[in-house]
Amino acid sequence: MPKMEKPRSFQDIILRLQAYWAAKGCAVMQPYDMEVGAGTFHPATTLRSLGTRPWAAAYVQPSRRPTDGRYGENPNRLQHYYQYQVLIKPSPPDLQHLYLGSLAAIGIDMSLHDIRFVEDDWESPTLGAWGLGWEVWCDGMEVSQFTYFQQVGGHDCHPVSGELTYGLERLAMYVLGVDHVMEMPFNDPDAPIALKYGDVFRQTEEEYSRFNFDTANTDILLRQFEEAEAECQRILAAENIDPKTGKRIIMAHPAYDQCIKASHMFNLLDARGVISVTERQGYIGRVRALAKLCADAFVQTEAGGYDAGSAA
Amino acid sequence: MPDLLLELFSEEIPARMQGKAAADLKALVTNGLVEAGLTYASAASFATPRRLCLVVDGLSGTSPTTTEERKGPRVDAPEAAIEGFLRGAGVSRDALETRADKKGEIYVARITHQGRNAADIIAELVPSVIRDFPWPKSMRWGAGSLRWVRPLHSILCILTDEAGASVVPFAVDHIASGDKTRGHRFMAPDAFAVSSFEDYEAKLKRAHVILRADERADAIWHEASQMAFAAGLELVEDRGLLAEVAGLVEWPVVLMGEIGADFLNLPPEVLQTSMKEHQKFFSVKNPKTGRIERFVTVANRITADEGATILAGNQKVLSARLSDAKFFWENDLRVAKSDITQWTKSLENVTFQAKLGSQAARIERIADLAAELAPIVGAEADQARQAAKIAKADLSSEMVYEFPELQGLMGRYYALEAGYAPEVAAVAQEHYQPLGPSDDVPNAPLSVAVALADKIDTLTGFWAIDEKPTGSKDPYALRRAALGVIRLVLDNGVRLNLSAPFVSRVAAFGADAPDATAADLLSFFHDRLKVHLRDEGMRHDVIDACLSMAGNDDLALVVARARAVQAVLSTEDGENLIQGYRRANNILSQAEAKDGVEYRFGADVKFAETDEERALFAALAAARNAANPALQSEDFATAMAALAALRGPIDAFFEKVQVNAESEIVRRNRLNLLHEIVETCGKVADLSRIEG
Repeated sequence: MPKMEKPRSFQDIILRLQAYWAAKGCAVMQPYDMEVGAGTFHPATTLRSLGTRPWAAAYVQPSRRPTDGRYGENPNRLQHYYQYQVLIKPSPPDLQHLYLGSLAAIGIDMSLHDIRFVEDDWESPTLGAWGLGWEVWCDGMEVSQFTYFQQVGGHDCHPVSGELTYGLERLAMYVLGVDHVMEMPFNDPDAPIALKYGDVFRQTEEEYSRFNFDTANTDILLRQFEEAEAECQRILAAENIDPKTGKRIIMAHPAYDQCIKASHMFNLLDARGVISVTERQGYIGRVRALAKLCADAFVQTEAGGYDAGSAA
Repeated sequence: MPDLLLELFSEEIPARMQGKAAADLKALVTNGLVEAGLTYASAASFATPRRLCLVVDGLSGTSPTTTEERKGPRVDAPEAAIEGFLRGAGVSRDALETRADKKGEIYVARITHQGRNAADIIAELVPSVIRDFPWPKSMRWGAGSLRWVRPLHSILCILTDEAGASVVPFAVDHIASGDKTRGHRFMAPDAFAVSSFEDYEAKLKRAHVILRADERADAIWHEASQMAFAAGLELVEDRGLLAEVAGLVEWPVVLMGEIGADFLNLPPEVLQTSMKEHQKFFSVKNPKTGRIERFVTVANRITADEGATILAGNQKVLSARLSDAKFFWENDLRVAKSDITQWTKSLENVTFQAKLGSQAARIERIADLAAELAPIVGAEADQARQAAKIAKADLSSEMVYEFPELQGLMGRYYALEAGYAPEVAAVAQEHYQPLGPSDDVPNAPLSVAVALADKIDTLTGFWAIDEKPTGSKDPYALRRAALGVIRLVLDNGVRLNLSAPFVSRVAAFGADAPDATAADLLSFFHDRLKVHLRDEGMRHDVIDACLSMAGNDDLALVVARARAVQAVLSTEDGENLIQGYRRANNILSQAEAKDGVEYRFGADVKFAETDEERALFAALAAARNAANPALQSEDFATAMAALAALRGPIDAFFEKVQVNAESEIVRRNRLNLLHEIVETCGKVADLSRIEG
């Protein structure tokens, strides 16, 4: 692997990952336009890992974990952060090699660093999904999650997708040698208007921390959770044949949007501290039930591998 | 005699699975070879993060040709039956022999099983071993359906003899066997061919892979100890961690780093736990102060800068982790010093178990019970209550939230900082003990009181809501809790009748039938007691015999009886006493069954006709006189010794005296005498339960 010049900013690392995975044949997609807890929730991963059709996508996904808010003060913790996500189906035999190439692309010199694949089985109780893989360590720091999906939305994955998730802030801080996330150069430090991560996000971290922990109206959140749940079920209960066009149109994606919404509402309720330990499992189960319904619906669509010819 | 070399090369195998996988590979393949008729001299298996390897030495080149004789139908059997037999045996009719048999003249087929080449057997065996490999968790990858622990990349399988090496050809899905492997992922990634196990191991070493896990572990331990020693320090031993780390690297490179001065005042357990759990670092301590001052990390490669970059990176990660730990510690200390009981209060919002209420409610119950038990174990009731109330306070602390395994230990630190007496603070840590069969049992009275209360509350609670362990399922570790009570009671000689607290607690939890539930819990305790005592060599029938006696809810009493009974039973007198007892009991119960009456009216010496009879009357009286006061003072050894003295008179009685005398009066008197034997012998334990 050729040695690369060190990146100079957070966005430089993102751009290099985009270029690298584009060069490896991935469709470089854009973030999903909804609040999600992790890049996995993007339909380009959740839904596209289902069914038989080949798929290769890479994208940045802004992710929200309301309980991780620290008012912008903690050097490593944020309630809003970025994940870089790669999903390739079927997983190529050289996926580990490709992944290591991406580390080289962002300036990690393999001859000086200690890269390790340490057992870490991934499970998402809200998505009804699990897989086997590793967390990847660079000099003792977890820089990525590497997973072979075995099940999503209660469906066995066939073929299996390989999923890579990079925690971008942490990875970038390491590569750039920065100790506090807010001090990290967001754009080029020599740019006429040089911006640090804190210039972009310190204020929003404060605002959202206060909102998430103390201000969000729990009655509204609860209502929105229930509305999203009902809407998801209602959408999927609709007839497969659209009466207006006469076409077979299963609304898996609109229904899945409601599942995402319910999941985020649950996360906010959790941050507000109004969900007890025992209730928690119940809420997670309800979101999982929606995710399963959406997965069931998606595999009945063309993108999900449904073959209109053979099914007729 | 060829040697077999097999290597299964994959993506990184979880460290914790490598040892068992290597053992399974060896067992499955060698068993398969033997079943197929091959023999071998020796076999060994190895694992690294990326490979499982098996070498079988001195394998026979072919399996022997064997013949089987199979009996068929009678020669005059219907044609269809004979045809069927021919098809089944795979022989033609002219190859059949005939023979006279019990059934008459029958056909016999001689079937020859041709010997097979070792290579053919291996080519058939290995794919099936791979497909059915017992991984604790396996996965599929790509578009295939093969399962392995992580994607399997290549299979090396060769047979080596004087003539050289040859590949055993087979394929598993798309993976064809060959004679090539690869070295270290980063330092020697290219493929190379090998011709024997010796060649394989040597070439791997040149390619920066140490094949043997114990060699890697030894290298790590040796190097790390040396480094620590050279700095005047001492490596903290941790075998579990050593085995795990040896499973994470193919080429271990040991590096020692500094723990920032900011963190040296954290409790050593916090440093050690944080470093081990998150970073898989070994701790290095200063033997003079006991403080942990440095860490050892094990990298998987050599670098041009001699690990400087790797060490700097690891140090940075550690600083971030320890900053968190320090933050928790300082915050926790602030709370503990201002009012540690607010932590207990906040446990009102933490559910212990849906039907058993909050942790705070549970702590109240434990405090009440601990105060009740305190006088029995020699502790002061108010102090026990106070100690119980703060024993679980640390469950609300930030440190324990982050490191649950430090519960109790942190509570002790925090209680001391909050100004509690050392023996009260110690309860926070010790009331969880014993955590397993090999964990220490606390003996400080306060700790014993709260430890008993904690476990009895758990057990009675789960019994009351009918959440008992079944089979291998024991999610609330209730067996461990019961064993904990048993060991606390026995090791400290605690005299406690468990039934009373069982009934009252179970009733307080609102169980429908408190008496029956408490009795069921007691019998669960008896089962655990048997398991526990069996491990120390106590006979299960002896325990049963003692459990049949009154006061069997006082475990210390049960065990004192059992020890005395077992001691006597292991002597010749004891063994013969049992024989005599059993003979008396048998004759008596047969007579009682036959006559339809009970001979329990007391025998009278005036009807005795022989010296042996009279001697037995005297001996029984003497035994009772000696045993009764001993029983009063629970001196079971003396009581058993008194009973053992009956052996001679009983033997003499049975030798000389006919129980079924002609005179009905004499017979009845003798039967009543037998009853006195049975009754007297049964004073310490129910000897009818003794097997033998």
